[in-house]
Amino acid sequence: MATTRKKILVQRYVEGMEKPELQEFELEATAEMTVLDALNAIKDTQDGSLTFRWSCRMALCGSCSAVVNGKPVLMCETSLKKLPDTVRVEPLRNFPIIKDLVVDIDDAFEKMRSVNPYLDRMEARVENKHLQSPAQRKRIAQSSQCIKCMICYSACPVYKVGENFMGPAAGALAYRYIAESRNKKKRRQLNAATGKKGVWGCSFVGECSTACPKRVDPAMALQRLKVMGALNLPKRLLDKE
Amino acid sequence: MQIIDSDVVIIGGGGAGLRAAIAVAETAPDLKVNMISKVYPVRSHTVSAEGGIAGVVKEDDSFESHCFDTIRGSDYLADQDAVEFFVEDAPKRIYELEEWGCPWSRFEDGTIAVRAFGGMSVKRTVYAADKTGFYMLSALWERSLKYPQIKNYDEWHVTRLFRVGEKMAGLYAINLKNGEHAVFRAKAFVLSTGGACRIFSFNTNGNIKTGDGMALAYNIGASLKDMEFVQFHPTGLPHTGILITEGARGEGGYLLNNKGERFMKEYLPAKMELGPRDIVSRSIVSEIKAGRAFKGPYGSYVHLDIRHLGEKKIMERLPLVREVALEFAHIDPVHEPIPVMPVAHYYMGGVHTDKETATNVSGLYAAGEVACVTINGSNRLGSNSLAECLVFGNAAGVQASRFAQETALQTVSEAEVRDEERRITQLYERNGAENLSKVRESMQRTMHELVGIERNEKELEAALDAILKLQERWKRIGLQDKSKTFNTEFTSLLELENMLVVSEACVRSALAREESRGSHTRSDFPARDDKNFLKHLLVERGADGMILKDHPVTITKWQPQERKY
Repeated sequence: MATTRKKILVQRYVEGMEKPELQEFELEATAEMTVLDALNAIKDTQDGSLTFRWSCRMALCGSCSAVVNGKPVLMCETSLKKLPDTVRVEPLRNFPIIKDLVVDIDDAFEKMRSVNPYLDRMEARVENKHLQSPAQRKRIAQSSQCIKCMICYSACPVYKVGENFMGPAAGALAYRYIAESRNKKKRRQLNAATGKKGVWGCSFVGECSTACPKRVDPAMALQRLKVMGALNLPKRLLDKE
Repeated sequence: MQIIDSDVVIIGGGGAGLRAAIAVAETAPDLKVNMISKVYPVRSHTVSAEGGIAGVVKEDDSFESHCFDTIRGSDYLADQDAVEFFVEDAPKRIYELEEWGCPWSRFEDGTIAVRAFGGMSVKRTVYAADKTGFYMLSALWERSLKYPQIKNYDEWHVTRLFRVGEKMAGLYAINLKNGEHAVFRAKAFVLSTGGACRIFSFNTNGNIKTGDGMALAYNIGASLKDMEFVQFHPTGLPHTGILITEGARGEGGYLLNNKGERFMKEYLPAKMELGPRDIVSRSIVSEIKAGRAFKGPYGSYVHLDIRHLGEKKIMERLPLVREVALEFAHIDPVHEPIPVMPVAHYYMGGVHTDKETATNVSGLYAAGEVACVTINGSNRLGSNSLAECLVFGNAAGVQASRFAQETALQTVSEAEVRDEERRITQLYERNGAENLSKVRESMQRTMHELVGIERNEKELEAALDAILKLQERWKRIGLQDKSKTFNTEFTSLLELENMLVVSEACVRSALAREESRGSHTRSDFPARDDKNFLKHLLVERGADGMILKDHPVTITKWQPQERKY
């Protein structure tokens, strides 16, 4: 099988190091190999301490996100063949590094939790009568695709500096429940998303939507939430009283 | 040593685990639930389930029909009382998820849509495009956030369970993020750690599916059941093993050999491509043997052709099929047929439970792929497993919450905790000459080549010998990563140990079952043998290793007959 020699530069960091360092590996890459395959090959045959998260290898579980040649991507769907002979792999930006490519994403998960992303059980349980037309479902089709890979947080120029900004995926998640036809208590999500720690920090650069591997378009969701927030402001003030 | 107490501990945060946690929170709001998962729950492998979830939700359907399809599909090895409970409960759980916001696909009139699936005699598979598992897992995880009493311990790795007398009392776990160890104690436990098909080299499973729960439970005396039964899904992409959903055939896709023939007409004319998975996979193997398959760099394959469905339907019903075919096989299924081959997919066997999810260790319940209730018998029907996660996940949560309210916290033996601490410390410091990935590859190749779709005594004996030797080699594996934080080489070592337990149980059971039934095909015993083998095989831990025992199959009203379609 034909192979190409690739140079893989991986950013390494383990507790106790002063700062992260790039380490160079070389690898004979087959035509099918992804960046994730390359890292696994290196871990198996060259350096067992190389550390990264991965699981499903079909771009659904959101584990293997990293910055490859400057772009935040899912490594399992990034083909080596399409990249130059030198490939640079770094952890997602804007998150504290735990080890090598593993970053601490708990804060982003907390922000998602903060938007109350669930419906309360509807009052009358009439079996199979909670209708939703295909058109109504379509309204949440895009925003419900989020796999929580945190790539949008890595791409976002505001998240790290703006303490009060919930970030793109949490915004998309709030929007998904607000745009949901079956949600009869949207105010809970709306108040969370358009409160002080909500969407307002977004400067609408749109990097999140460009980077999203699932085409969720969080930038659009954030803009719509801002409009809703402005309209909701009088009600919010009433809620507080 | 840190000790973390709660009323209920859930081990594993996929579909079954999350459903169990929610059940505890809803049935007994005062109970504290700790959910321990080696990954963030949204990374669990439920995320990769594609085609749908079975349940009787339409007027042209009946419980009787879903029961019979499941039992016939199981080749009469399912416990029929469990199947009846499962079938009657599944629609409730589907509607419930609907109320929690799961975006099921819809018919034009706004009702939940259903599609055809293999071995199901009517359309009863509810779906959300072809990412059903992903949408369900998202809805469950998001719903679980409603309950502050559910506390998540994400990226904690469980290394051992503790019993006090006959009762499950605690477990030992490591926080990957900082290397801290802790003992979790609780009054009741739910095991929902998923399956084990990573024991095969060619599989659809995520990296995390290493049979941890099966091995952990076996080690403290829980029985394993039906461990010889592994499902090979007919349509995996060559090389990667990535799954192409059965929904592709449910929507009308064809399987074609290298002559362009829909070869299923030779094997199962009444069902064609919508036969149960064991039969379709065996048919593909027969085509390969007869020289009617395509040859590729990663083995022989056949074609799955969905071109005639047209781009609009493919994009609406099967968007993921197109996405993964483009991404991972560089094929556009709108214009070209997809190369596919059978691939290890789902573990029918698992931790033995009764129909209410209780294992034979008091206070330990199990649900989802890790468990064997059994509703699947020797062959699971596609789309029954997502329903299984909800039905038995919920049941396990209800049972655990009831049990927790009737019992007190137990004190785990300090000596046992110290033993485990010592074992873990020694494992970290291992300096053996064996290489982790080589032992793992060797196990996966052994299982794939000798314990695959077709089996025989000679190859199974060779496999057993190989697995036992690999268990010895495992003891000599050295680790390169000496750090305590996020040491994935260390967790892989533990996972490999677990997989070697599962592999041994699989091979021993496969050797003992001298018949062909469902997914278990013995070329030296080609017929089903109800006289001797209409029974489950249990695997238990004895003083000198694994012991096999018989366990009766529960038959209620569907008497075993020849499995005909």
